[in-house]
This record gives sequence, structure tokens and C-alpha cells, in this order.
Amino acid sequence: MNDNSKPRRRRFRPIHLLLLIPYVAMLWVPSYNRVEPSLAGIPFFYWYQMAWILLGVAVMLPVYFYDERNP
Amino acid sequence: MNTVAVSIFVVLFLLVTVLGFVAARWRRGDLNDLNEWGLGGRRFGTIVTWFLLGGDLYTAYTFIAVPAVMFGAGASGFFAVPYTILVYPIVYAVYPRLWSVVQAKGYVTAADFVRGRFGNGTLALAVAITGIVATMPYIALQLVGMEVAIAGLGISMDVPVPGIGVVHDLPLLIAFVVLAVYTYSSGLRAPALIALVKDALLYVTVIAAVIIIPSELGGFGKIFAAADPKTLVLAPATATSLGQQAAYASLALGSTLALFLYPHAVTGLLSSSSRHVVRRNAVILPAYSFALGLIALLGTMAVAAGVKSMPQFAAGFKVFGNQYAVPALFLHSFPSWFVGIAFAAIAVGALVPAAIMSIACANLFTRNIYREYIDPNCKPAREAQVAKIVSLVVKLGALAFIVELPTTFAIQLQLLGGIIIIQTLPSVILGLYTNRLNPWALLVGWGCGIASGTWMAAQLAFKTSIYPIHLFGVTIPCYAALSSLALNIAVSVALSWVFNAVLRTPPSDATAEADYV
Repeated sequence: MNDNSKPRRRRFRPIHLLLLIPYVAMLWVPSYNRVEPSLAGIPFFYWYQMAWILLGVAVMLPVYFYDERNP
Repeated sequence: MNTVAVSIFVVLFLLVTVLGFVAARWRRGDLNDLNEWGLGGRRFGTIVTWFLLGGDLYTAYTFIAVPAVMFGAGASGFFAVPYTILVYPIVYAVYPRLWSVVQAKGYVTAADFVRGRFGNGTLALAVAITGIVATMPYIALQLVGMEVAIAGLGISMDVPVPGIGVVHDLPLLIAFVVLAVYTYSSGLRAPALIALVKDALLYVTVIAAVIIIPSELGGFGKIFAAADPKTLVLAPATATSLGQQAAYASLALGSTLALFLYPHAVTGLLSSSSRHVVRRNAVILPAYSFALGLIALLGTMAVAAGVKSMPQFAAGFKVFGNQYAVPALFLHSFPSWFVGIAFAAIAVGALVPAAIMSIACANLFTRNIYREYIDPNCKPAREAQVAKIVSLVVKLGALAFIVELPTTFAIQLQLLGGIIIIQTLPSVILGLYTNRLNPWALLVGWGCGIASGTWMAAQLAFKTSIYPIHLFGVTIPCYAALSSLALNIAVSVALSWVFNAVLRTPPSDATAEADYV
């Protein structure tokens, strides 16, 4: 278990920078504000943002596994 | 009145009521302790927390209001999707720290943490009152969600009662009184258990809707072809204005920053059994965002189905406006037995957040007002008793609000709620990382944020929260919560620097760095 005798300090972990990617993608609205290419009749604007729900999880997963292995 | 749909609806509602009372015995604990009543004993694992937070954050009102905006205004309503994408990286990175310090110090609310971190009761009081004020209209809006579902079933809201006369909103009254009673007796365990049923109903409804309705309407291509081409995507920027796209991004970001400051969200997170549960939930909660995205598209489907011009729905649209779009679409597309299930999903979807919100308000009042200012030496049993009574009062208040005042008033106040709750961000979130901010500076920053945010909303007559900012000859439409938060942070940081330089008072911090990891 952890050594509780000395206070553990929280060190910055570069892998956490991955968590910023969804912010860049979603707040950069002009990058996806269009109709084409549509997917199965759904305009790009809608399916692209829906796809980012999955991509958002995809960037959190490596961070999660790294953190769980290195507490 | 649709007998089949109403029967199924009533049966599901009764099932949920039974669960609400049975919940008191679930993972049995001493319900005369605030930690047990108000946080479920902090024993919820990954799965229960997932259901609880899913039921808590993705409320009935969300499921009515988001497609209603899509129905009325098109693409701009879809901001709910990026909003719920951006929430989770923050939850992942920031909230395990809050969970740990709250656990280490035996806190119950975010205001408890602020009290300990900055050693200032006034700042904690400001955080607590902000939370309560922002949540009250949110509870009232859950009732609107339920009202739309009940009215959609064709159940008359004004029921003649022998001896009393016609009682307005009687079905709503009954539903809410039942909710109030089992929340009183079971605490947070009730919404946690009910959330399992709610989410099962919700997912079944959403999956059925996105399979059945597009096929009835001839596919997504035809659905989007029926939408107004002008609102299919956002209006592009012009030489003098960043336009709708800036509004969209600022709404998504501002809503993201506000969400987990709401007391009901904090309560849901703090009831989990470990910081690992918090992290795991940040990774698995986006499943609900997917459901939300599909529900948002129901608004576009309602346009394509042409429900607004159908005579049988004219009365509903007259009373509820665009909020009637999804109920009308369900009534139009589903067989009546499934309408019963879908409407039960909406109504039960209102019960879960309403219960958690009232519990969260009760926790805040008890810990940060009652124990701090009225009865500092109160025993744990007394604390729990006060919280239970406050949860009743809060719900009755919300009920009176909806029955007595026009719905638009609650919608406007909820809009203001997002603007004011975000002003607690410097104290709560920045506070998780530093104790060098001065509590009085934070209080002044909070005041500036509330004043400027409310002023902007008032300028817009509380109809919208997008306030145009003019900068270097360019108009930037920005969510008022975000711009007022920027002012708040600037004032808090600048004044902290001045106060610390002049007063040189050491931070009075009851927490240690080891409490956060």
C-alpha cells in the first residue's frame, strides 16, 4: 500500500494533456459547421459531433489506464 | 384519454413508488445520519453511480427542452452534445480531488469544502445560497417535464374532487407528494434505486424511437430535407460578427463549467464509494450523451413528421409550445402501449433529479446555514431531521411555483441559475488547487460575477442568455455565464494578489495536500 508517512504531492502527468483534445475539436465550431459530407442522410454537423462522443471516450481511456497503473 | 397508455403509465409509476419506499432498506444504514440519508452512506459503486448520475444529469426537462429547441430553432439546439462531451474530461481530471478531500474531512457539501479550505464562513454561505437558489427553479422545471407527459396522455389536469371543487394540477400534486414522502423516508437511496428503472425505460424508448420513427418518415435523408435549410447548420460569421458559431461554442463551454457545480451533481458524485468510481464514471457516462444526441434529433424528426399542423395536437402546442414536440411525435408514431412506456420514462425521469436536487438543497441548508448559524452544536440525528424537513419544503416550494406562476418564469429563472452557479467555480474548482486565493477577494469576485451576469440577462429580458460583446469592432455573441465568470476570475485573482501583499495573513486552511490525492 501507499506510504502514508510522507505527504504525496500531486505531480503533473503529461498524458493528461490528451484530455484537452476534445475541447479543441468541439470549440472550433467552423471546422464542422457544414452539411457535407453527410452520412446515411445525416448532415456532417450532426454525425461529426455524435462521433466525438466516442472519440472523447477514446482519449480518456489511455489516461484512465495509465492513472490506474500508476497511482 | 388513451386507456392502454394510461394503464401502463400508472402501473410503472406505482412500481417506482414501491421502489422508492423499499429503498430505505437497501444497503441498510442509519437514516438518522446525514451521511446516510443525504449521501447514501457513500457506498455506491461504479454501476449504481452510473445510473444515479445518468438519471440526475440527463433530466426529464432536458429530454423535453433540447428537442424543443431543435424543433423550433434547428442546429443551435444541438449544443447540448458538445456540452456533454466536454463535461467528462473535467470530471475525470478535477473531481477525484474533491471526492478525496471531502472523504478525508467528513464534508457533505461543496460549501463545506470551501469553509474548510479558506476558513471563511461568509464565503461558504455565499456558495451554499448560490447552490440553493440555482437549483430551486431547476426542480420546478422537472415538474414541467412531468406535466407535459401527463397532459400528453390526455389525463385532465383539473380534476373535480367531491367536497372541494375542481383541483388544478391534481395528478401532478399526487405524484409530487408521493415523491416527497419517499424521499423523506429513504433519502438518496430512493432516487438511486428508481434511476435503474428510469434508465431502462429511457434507453428502450430512445432505441425504439431512432429505429421506428426514421423508417416511418423514409430515412434520415428525408428527415433533414424537411428541415429549414437556413437552420440546418449554424449561420456563418460575417465581417463584423462571429455570429451563431461563437454563441454555440460559448454555450457548450459555459454549460460544461456550470454543470458539476450544481449541488445535485456534486451530491451524486460524492455518494460514490471511491475516487476510482468517479474516474470510471467519467469514462462511461458519455453513453448517456449518445442517448441525448439521439433525443435531440427527435426535434428534427418532429419537424419532418409535421406534428405541428396536426389538429389533434393543436391544444398541446397551444399550452406547452415547442415543448410538446416530442410528446406529439411519440403519440403520432408509437402504438398506445409503447406511448405509455415512453411517457413513463419522461415522468420517472423527472422524479430522479427532483429527488436528488431537493436532497442536495437540504444538505446545503443543514450543513452551511442551520449548523453554521442556527444550532452549531446540533447532534447528527437533529441534522438529519432538519435535512429531511427541508427536502419536503423545497419540493413543496417548487410545486407552488409551477402551480401558481407561469411556466416561462421558471424557465427564465433556470436560465439565470446557470449564470449564478458558475460564479462558485473560483472558490470550489480553483480552491481544489490553491489556498492562495483570499476568501474576501473570492467573495467580491463572486459578487461581480453575479451582478454582471444578472445585468446581462436582464438586458436581454431573460429571454436568452447570449449577450453580444463588442470588441475591436467585432461583435462576439457570448453566453453570459462565461463572460461574467471571466470577470469573476479576474477580480478574484487580482484582489487576492493585492490583499495578500497588503495584509500578509497566512491562509487559514483546514486541509492538507495529502487529503486531495
